[in-house]
Amino acid sequence: MVRADGGELIVNDGVTPYDLATPLFSDYALKLRTVWLPDSETASYAERDAFDFPVGSVITKTFYYKRHEDGIEIGTAPQLSSKSVSLAAFRLIETRILVRREEGWVALPYIWNDEQSDAILKRTGDIKPLTLVRADGERDHFAYLVPNQNECAACHATNADTKEIQPIGLKARHLNKPSAYSPGFNQLDHWIASGLLRAPDAHNVAANAIWADTDAPLNDRARAYLDINCSHCHNPNGAADTSGLNLEPDAEGPALGLCKAPIAAGGGTGGRHFGIAPGSPDASILLFRMETTDPAAMMPELGRALAHEEGVRLIRDWISEMNGACN
Amino acid sequence: MHRCFIAIFLFAATACGQRTDEASATADTAYQEILMAQLIDAKPGDVIEIPEGVYAFDRSISLTVDGVTIRGAGMDKSVLSFKGQIAGAEGLLVTASDFTIEDLAIEDTKGDALKIAGGENIVIRRVRTEWTGGPKTSNGAYGIYPVQTKNVLMEENLAIAAADAGLYIGQSQNVIVRNNRAEFNVAGIEIENTTDADVYGNIATNNTGGILVFNMPNLKTPGARTRVFNNEVFENNTKNFGHEGTPVASIPAGSGIVINSNDDVEIFDNDIRDHKTSNIIISSVYSAGYAGGATEADFDPYPEGIFIYENRFEGGGNNPDGLDLQALKIALVGPLGRLPDILWDGYVNPEISDAPPVICVQNGDAQVLNVDGPNGNKSPAIADIDAHDCVFDKLPEISLNGALAGQM
Repeated sequence: MVRADGGELIVNDGVTPYDLATPLFSDYALKLRTVWLPDSETASYAERDAFDFPVGSVITKTFYYKRHEDGIEIGTAPQLSSKSVSLAAFRLIETRILVRREEGWVALPYIWNDEQSDAILKRTGDIKPLTLVRADGERDHFAYLVPNQNECAACHATNADTKEIQPIGLKARHLNKPSAYSPGFNQLDHWIASGLLRAPDAHNVAANAIWADTDAPLNDRARAYLDINCSHCHNPNGAADTSGLNLEPDAEGPALGLCKAPIAAGGGTGGRHFGIAPGSPDASILLFRMETTDPAAMMPELGRALAHEEGVRLIRDWISEMNGACN
Repeated sequence: MHRCFIAIFLFAATACGQRTDEASATADTAYQEILMAQLIDAKPGDVIEIPEGVYAFDRSISLTVDGVTIRGAGMDKSVLSFKGQIAGAEGLLVTASDFTIEDLAIEDTKGDALKIAGGENIVIRRVRTEWTGGPKTSNGAYGIYPVQTKNVLMEENLAIAAADAGLYIGQSQNVIVRNNRAEFNVAGIEIENTTDADVYGNIATNNTGGILVFNMPNLKTPGARTRVFNNEVFENNTKNFGHEGTPVASIPAGSGIVINSNDDVEIFDNDIRDHKTSNIIISSVYSAGYAGGATEADFDPYPEGIFIYENRFEGGGNNPDGLDLQALKIALVGPLGRLPDILWDGYVNPEISDAPPVICVQNGDAQVLNVDGPNGNKSPAIADIDAHDCVFDKLPEISLNGALAGQM
């Protein structure tokens, strides 16, 4: 799928890199996502759920950072069209792989060695101490978590009843955007044209907003952000349905957290009384759980040790602009 | 504003402690890697033995495979210590059926100690969950926490110092909670949105509230049919140290058994004594600290079918938590008197005419204090003895089924 060779991480021939309108935040890691399907096979379109991929398909996600002399920094990814990442400029951390087997998807975490030559399967995951150097010189020492195989399932088993592992980003609404790999094409159209995806002619494709696109409506950006960061658990059948909080794009009312009392939140309340208190971000549990880095209180529960300051700002603005109030 | 009376006194109990960050992990976590691999590689039928010893963990561990038993050498011998935890919202997370865990301890997790989400045929036996620094707001929320489970046996466990509930079962069906001990938690034992539960033979002491049977709004299923019997519930007078905003943070210190918005609950043959607020509290969601919240339209806020009989009450009601209840006590029974054993907020469903009493009491001279919540607490009064002189049909005994049939 991908290989380190000659000082570069290279996407192999026949493998398609892709990206999402709004991605999951993972401690400011950059991500190279790829998909590969067996010869002459295609994935099937689904309007709402993850696409259905044929047996033998492989999805990869490589997590990496821009290097800084004292650690890593917040950077921007190289163009996907180049199909490579310079290892002089970037440090590889891990590559997570989803393999579609006969019995379903299997999740496998691979960790890149210090030499950056090989990624080794480590089913028990790891904790990597990293130092993030901010633009202002501030240094954040944090523990980057490589999930173990069960923790992969904790997010990817998006239906807690069936416990089937599913891709999260490979849904129409996340992929429906201009292609970064083939500029000038819509990403989904490109997949269909190149034979990766089979879709009905009249498919009606939703599109999530690009969270950082300030020209898009604030509500759309916020809902796209909550969708990709939260709804793999916070959906009506997900692991977090125990809380009664649903952060899928069509949720509303108390299910969306509006004036909703917490369930089993413990210290996750941050001393606040409602999931979302319209107009009052600092009275909203949702925002507290995004801002905190206490493992007992933060959301998502896994996959970050830092707060996403820009994401927090987006949700803060969104809640601030809501009308209404709780009793 | 006709909800303030109990709401105010409940709020007054809210505690908020300071977070103290523990020193980061320096302990050897070698065993973590071993156990994690065993859990990932587990096959149905496996018994994973945890030898005697204290083992340090810096991240959560989890099990997703059905049919596994995790067994230690005893709740004081095999100890999983999460004092240095830096990642994960619980100690051990289980998302599997046909699961048994027994004879070990889980200590000092950042969040919940043992969470079991969404399985059937679950046995939790002789497990100790503890925050070793005693009651603190910075402790994790739940000790033993099965949620959305079916056919569950929790027995002979020991839960200490959870900042929410020591033993908590939520959104579950067909449950036996017996012969456990819960102390120094905010809630000792809590049954929430659960149907068909038997809670007996337990000891709940030194919690803020001893045994709670709650229904929370905005969840898929309401709970009903819990029997609380033959327990020892005494001196649950610990100051509330729950996190503000959580439902249990509104429990007044000195509450023995608390029913909130739940239906068909039997409380009988218990020893309930020396709770400074009240030995039993029956209330609706309107009196809880989270009353201002939005609720889905189908939520039933009113407790109904509460049957209290043949308990042994002693002491209590002499020093209720919160200024308003203190004032009420002095007005009703004077500075040296005590409030009745049963405190009720007085809410009844206005849409049912000719409704049977919310509470039936066949308990010697035990009395019910109606604090008249619906009328802004204008006329709190000790109910006329006839008002609750009634009976409900008794609930059947819970029997576990399937693989757990005959667990007596």
